[in-house]
Amino acid sequence: MQILSNINILIEAPVFNLALLIEGLLIGSVFALAAYGLALVWGVMNVKNLAQGDFVIMGGYIAWYLGEHGIHPLFGVPVAFLILWCFGWLIYRTIIYRVIDKDLFTSLLATFGIALVISQLLNLLFSSDTQTADAGFESWFFFDGMVSIAQVKLIAFVCAALLAAGVITFMKNSRMGQAIRATAQDARAAKVLGIDTDKVYCFTFSLNAAICGAAGALIAMIWVIQPFYGITFSIRSFVIVTAAGFGNLPGVIAAGLGMGVLEQFGGFILGATFQQAIVVGLLVLVLVVRQMQQSRHRQVVQ
Amino acid sequence: MAVATTDKDGAPEQGSGISISLGSLLLHGGILVAGIAAPLIWPAYTIQLSVLWLMIVFALTWDILGGQMGYNSLGNIFFFGAGMYVSAVVQIGLYHPVGEYTDSAGQGFYAFTEAQYFTGLAAGIAAAAVLSSLFAIIFGRIVFGLRGPYFAIGTLGVAIAAGELIGAWDWVGGGSGISMPPFPGDPDIGKYFFYAQNFLLAISVFIFCKWLYSTRFGLALNAIRDDEEKAEGMGIHTLRYKMVAWSIAAFFLGISGAIFGNMTGFIEPLEVAFPTVTFGIFMVLMVLLGGKGTIWGPIVGAVIFHVIKEVTWTYLLGWQWVALGALIVIIVVYFQEGVVGWLMRKKPEWFGIRVERKDDTPAEAAE
Amino acid sequence: MKHAIIEIEHVTKTFGGVVANRDVSLDVEEGGITGLIGPNGSGKTTLFNSIVGYHPIDSGSIRFQGQEISKFRVQEIARLGLLRTFQQTRIYGAMNCVQNMLISIPHRKAKFLDMFDRQARADTEKGESLLDFVGLYEKRYLMAGDLSFGQQKLLEFAMALMNEPTVLLLDEPTAGINPTLINGLIDRLRRANEEFGITLLVIEHNMRVIMNMAHKIYCLAHGELLASGTAGEIQKNQNVIDAYLGAH
Repeated sequence: MQILSNINILIEAPVFNLALLIEGLLIGSVFALAAYGLALVWGVMNVKNLAQGDFVIMGGYIAWYLGEHGIHPLFGVPVAFLILWCFGWLIYRTIIYRVIDKDLFTSLLATFGIALVISQLLNLLFSSDTQTADAGFESWFFFDGMVSIAQVKLIAFVCAALLAAGVITFMKNSRMGQAIRATAQDARAAKVLGIDTDKVYCFTFSLNAAICGAAGALIAMIWVIQPFYGITFSIRSFVIVTAAGFGNLPGVIAAGLGMGVLEQFGGFILGATFQQAIVVGLLVLVLVVRQMQQSRHRQVVQ
Repeated sequence: MAVATTDKDGAPEQGSGISISLGSLLLHGGILVAGIAAPLIWPAYTIQLSVLWLMIVFALTWDILGGQMGYNSLGNIFFFGAGMYVSAVVQIGLYHPVGEYTDSAGQGFYAFTEAQYFTGLAAGIAAAAVLSSLFAIIFGRIVFGLRGPYFAIGTLGVAIAAGELIGAWDWVGGGSGISMPPFPGDPDIGKYFFYAQNFLLAISVFIFCKWLYSTRFGLALNAIRDDEEKAEGMGIHTLRYKMVAWSIAAFFLGISGAIFGNMTGFIEPLEVAFPTVTFGIFMVLMVLLGGKGTIWGPIVGAVIFHVIKEVTWTYLLGWQWVALGALIVIIVVYFQEGVVGWLMRKKPEWFGIRVERKDDTPAEAAE
Repeated sequence: MKHAIIEIEHVTKTFGGVVANRDVSLDVEEGGITGLIGPNGSGKTTLFNSIVGYHPIDSGSIRFQGQEISKFRVQEIARLGLLRTFQQTRIYGAMNCVQNMLISIPHRKAKFLDMFDRQARADTEKGESLLDFVGLYEKRYLMAGDLSFGQQKLLEFAMALMNEPTVLLLDEPTAGINPTLINGLIDRLRRANEEFGITLLVIEHNMRVIMNMAHKIYCLAHGELLASGTAGEIQKNQNVIDAYLGAH
């Protein structure tokens, strides 16, 4: 069996484990970034955004497009951040603000529609070929070349960490950040106390889109993008947020890194064709675990 | 004064169900006649008409959970694909080794006699129905603890995972799919043959749902939709109802998958059997368009959606998917009550719903 | 001395670090009306939820007709004939009143195939007569969600009666009801108790109501049982008066 022999490789050459672990952590940092954005809109606005992954892919295409036109894709990170910010604002003002007080399935389906539009537009514009934004960095090699770390991945990791730190500082210290956290705790009370919740929602959604855009630009450099990969990123974000809980920032980061590592090991053992199946498998697993926990702590009815 | 209510004009139909008026007779009879006559009048559109009945089956079965019970599934397409593959394996496996058949990629060394074909088809459809229901019970155990958006995403996950796994399973042809046993005889006759099956299936689903909603089952589904915790608190066997409702939907979807697989002649996992973003989302969209939680809503939605889609699809030159996404957004945001829901609000008396008029000031009302 | 149909012994329930019920013991006499009073946050609703199975209890025992039910789930307990109404009235809003009544029939002996039963004429008649009993007959074909809060409360009560419970737990039946209608409601609760033989356990803030109605009253404060006795005894109990005046 192919699977058994793959496991065998991992046992006999432990250094491969290290390679997969590092690779997983580096990619996982970007997953965590997108998931943090989802946790934000989920926690603050109670919107489950199924277009999350498509925002990511959009950011990826921006970086790739710049790269194709002679601009280094690293500049794509701030550019994607800004463009997606505006895009998020537009989506909020046209669609999301109308579904925000409806039932959850409404926002889920509306964002599913948005996801479909984005992915199909990208497909029309850039065809369905997979693309990578070439950042032109070298790799470091360790253990006689058994372990390689692409410099660009490390750079992406640092970028993701910096961006996350920036957003967290912003949420802690700025007035808008405080307003967002207040709204997340109790929207009605926040409204009574004079916070413009509509503005808060709009800002949160735009910020989420911008974070996704930046994450996507990083993804385009370290991995491959394709118009229809968005749904996988959306599901990843869901798995991470569901596993961690949306109020739990260290949890989201840990789950994001864990997700990256699990996918690397799963992909190595089962083969690359199972990439998406692994993500979906993790989704089902997380939901089952969550359900078992819930049935133990039955919700109290007041 | 209190609203004057007399039993004769006020009572919505319930229990007896023998309320055959001339209008409803004409309506049902007309649909029946149109269903039989349509492929004879427009033989060139037989396939599209078959798919129309299929869409009606999709919408009606989705509405059992989504509309009547308030559980919005994004993964009902799973049962369609499962039925399709179960039927394929049964039809082939009865007479030939399945693994070798799929390896040969339909190179025609494996013939089916006429008798074998029809026996296989019947057995395949039956197996598809039964096994799909069984899958519903197994997955129901997993997903029915999930509520709201978790349920929607969980079911979506199951459907996507199924497509991926089938695509990696060589015994059933993997990603390259299976060529189904060809219809013996004139392909034109075959078209009518499958049209008739889709038509009969749609009619059966309609009659079944109508009966189902007239029994206690319908009330229990509505109770779960309105307030599941209250229903539990009143001692209703909620899990039992949810499981049976899902396996009913799965039963008919399994059959529809088996028929559709044979109709197209070639099946593969992502585009034909488990198309989450096409058929899978059409189901939801058609029901929302027509009106959730009504018997006619899904049908109206399916007809409108399918006709618009067939007429405009080819003129959109690649933009059809963008248009579909935009349509989802527009329906969800602006027109969620659907055509029938809108009519119910405007003309409640057509549906036997009583609304308190503003000038009636109830004397005994407690405010 | 009548025997106790619900026996609660030493029940403790905590949420995180907060003790909602500590070592509560009380009996509900068969065929009687038992009152449960106490200031806000004293753990009355928590005790209700423990009895009907909304959450597990930390320790202690709850017996219904001699059977231990503290491990049972909500539906199983409801099917035993132990039913509750909600403080924030819950009805099926998008169904009309008659449908609300029809689906509230007892599910105790429901066999698998009973799911597909047609609505029996007898059930419809019973539902309509109960709607008449609570004064909603005229409104029986209106959507339950369109009724006023007070009417919904009456509908919920009628639905509970339709279920033919042995014991009915009522969580603040008069809250939000027009004061002029309260006497009518008390009368109906009494009749439910006397004519239908349903044992009642009632949480109530309105002292006039509960003193009028209950044969025995238990008072909770800070999650613990403070006092018990007849209405007269409770009214004279200094601990109860202190608890309500906040001198605790």
